Amino acid sequence: MTLLSIKPTGQSPGDDPGHRYEGEPGAVKAYLHNLKVLPRTIRDSIVRHGRPVSDRSRSQAVMGNFFLHVLPTRTHVNSLKFKTTLGLGVITLVLFFLLVITGVLLMIYYKPDVNQAYDSMWDIMYVVPTGRFMRNIHRWSAHAMVACVILHMARVFYTSACKAPREFNWVVGMGLFVVTLFLSFTGYLLPWDQLAFWAITIGSNIAQSPREVTEALGITQQFDIGGMQKELLLGAHYVGQEALTRFYVLHVMILPMVLVALVGVHVWRVRKDGGLARAAERIPSTPPQIRATTKSSGPSTKTWGLMAIIRSKTPHVDKEMTNTVPSYPNALYAVGALSMLTVAVMLIMGYFFDAPLREIANPLVPENPAKAPWYFLGLQELVGYSAFMGGVGIPAIVVLGLALIPYLDREQEETGRWFSGRSGGRVALWSLLFTAIVTVGMLVFTVNYGWMRNWEMTRTVPQIVIVLVNPGTVLVTLFAAWSVWTVRRTSSTRLGAIALFTCFLVAFAIMTYFALVHRGPNWQFYWWPSTWPVH
Amino acid sequence: MGGTKKNGEQQHPLPPSLAQSERFVPPKTRRDFLGLAAVWTALGTFFVALVGAMRLPMPSVFPESNSRSKIGPPSAFQKGSATHLVHLQAWIFRDNDGGMYAISSVCTHLGCIAGRQDTGEFLCPCHGSRFNAGGEVLGGPAPSALSWLELSIAPDGQLVLDRQRSVKRGTRLMA
Repeated sequence: MTLLSIKPTGQSPGDDPGHRYEGEPGAVKAYLHNLKVLPRTIRDSIVRHGRPVSDRSRSQAVMGNFFLHVLPTRTHVNSLKFKTTLGLGVITLVLFFLLVITGVLLMIYYKPDVNQAYDSMWDIMYVVPTGRFMRNIHRWSAHAMVACVILHMARVFYTSACKAPREFNWVVGMGLFVVTLFLSFTGYLLPWDQLAFWAITIGSNIAQSPREVTEALGITQQFDIGGMQKELLLGAHYVGQEALTRFYVLHVMILPMVLVALVGVHVWRVRKDGGLARAAERIPSTPPQIRATTKSSGPSTKTWGLMAIIRSKTPHVDKEMTNTVPSYPNALYAVGALSMLTVAVMLIMGYFFDAPLREIANPLVPENPAKAPWYFLGLQELVGYSAFMGGVGIPAIVVLGLALIPYLDREQEETGRWFSGRSGGRVALWSLLFTAIVTVGMLVFTVNYGWMRNWEMTRTVPQIVIVLVNPGTVLVTLFAAWSVWTVRRTSSTRLGAIALFTCFLVAFAIMTYFALVHRGPNWQFYWWPSTWPVH
Repeated sequence: MGGTKKNGEQQHPLPPSLAQSERFVPPKTRRDFLGLAAVWTALGTFFVALVGAMRLPMPSVFPESNSRSKIGPPSAFQKGSATHLVHLQAWIFRDNDGGMYAISSVCTHLGCIAGRQDTGEFLCPCHGSRFNAGGEVLGGPAPSALSWLELSIAPDGQLVLDRQRSVKRGTRLMA
């Protein structure tokens, strides 16, 4: 054996006794050898690289593996810090996987038929092995997913991660937010209990509510977009089997497909738009504001080869040298730990807390009060002012307004820095205070004095004005004005955007709390649910 | 004026009369034309296919049940009474002079069932709309009054309530 001889590994074709020509005397021997190494041959055919033992082979594993290659081969240390992402995107994705798995299992027993749906829910809860557990996990994961999507949106916004070059991915995220809400809505219709029936009734009538506007303009005969939307959703003029079938198809097929497609784009764009938005590297000798404007900067000790001439503004141009670590194991283990934590919390929730199921759907009598799940309660409060503006107008304005924020605020901002520094934090705090005061003030006013339909002096006001001017739209206008005022006062669009986003977020929280706790029978104001009248 | 069409003149020498025309647009090459035609044909096909696919879920025949129901002879309703027909989502009123009318309890806001209070007011449990005893809006988000439904008398003397047809407020059936 010389120094240069290579130890036979069984993988190199030249040394492999399996590679013999047909008819040679050793064919049987080769066959037996192939049989002996069969497990390893199969493993090597699936995972082309060997066992990842070095940083290099682990990087190859990340790049060459279909499931791992959503990760970059190397991850920046700042991306891995918990305060950069709070792990919310990964948690949301894990919740979605949980929902798919438990949802497909529930489909095996659930029957989308108005006469059998409710009974099949009871079967799932009391007869099907682990049925109740799976349904609980499905329900709590759905609620957690809505919460995580909202928190994720807030995180992305407050760390400037929505800004160019990531603005399109922010828009995709908006789409995901809307699809998630539609998935939740179509989901809680399926049990065909009281909540389901009256939610479909209200939801389809909200779809019909553009009629409020077309009627006020007198063009319903020619252009009845509201009526068309309701017929499309219900397939009939009442809530029945046609409606259940349609919402079932939406919930288990159409919306999940849209969500998967959008999630694919969303995750892919995270990579293509320059990776996770993280804090810039702190280099003591050069303050960040200088580095942001200087072209090639950073402690470049490495020689770079020019691989291509890059024109245009791509995320990787003019960026400093990066302080990265291999994604495998660093990022991979972080994702794994978050997944395990999420699944564990959901399993515990599902084991100890039962998902509610109301009485069987009764088309004759709604519950009193008929309350939506928590994430729609703010919307229900708004719908309580005007069906069209609360159910269609304001949500559209908010989603559009949020989607446009990174297009209208083009200030260069350091990403990964919460609230863009101290001034942003102050603006957020003042916006919180402002929103709390005007929202609570508006609620107090509305509870005490009602709105235009309650007042004698506004009897002659045209319907269209009453539809368009209500407590909800007044609040949105106030928020917009506050944001514009912030832009003028601070001469920063970024701070104006922080003001606007904070207004929406805080108003959503206050409205949700108010409708949850302080709305009672006939949607009237009560201090506490314990003071509701008994009937 | 002709100066503005410089590019066109250089590529395609044209009679001065045509070149000076304001509507003149430099002609596209054949390759441009074919390429654009292919793209627009593809987009058009896709759009038409989409419209065609979207036509399917728009029903042309609706499942409906009969909206007319017999609710018994007028004598079954005492003078000065208000009767709740739960399954028809309507209240039947008979005044002291025998005049009868029916008010739908389906809220005009978003279709919940408004409950009638002892005071005669209708309150909606979903979003707090309030209506007076005659169905007119007192407050809340409802855009219009509760509808008065058509009452008629069948040949056999029974009252017929039609839930699809509303009548003008104040229309009463003398029976």
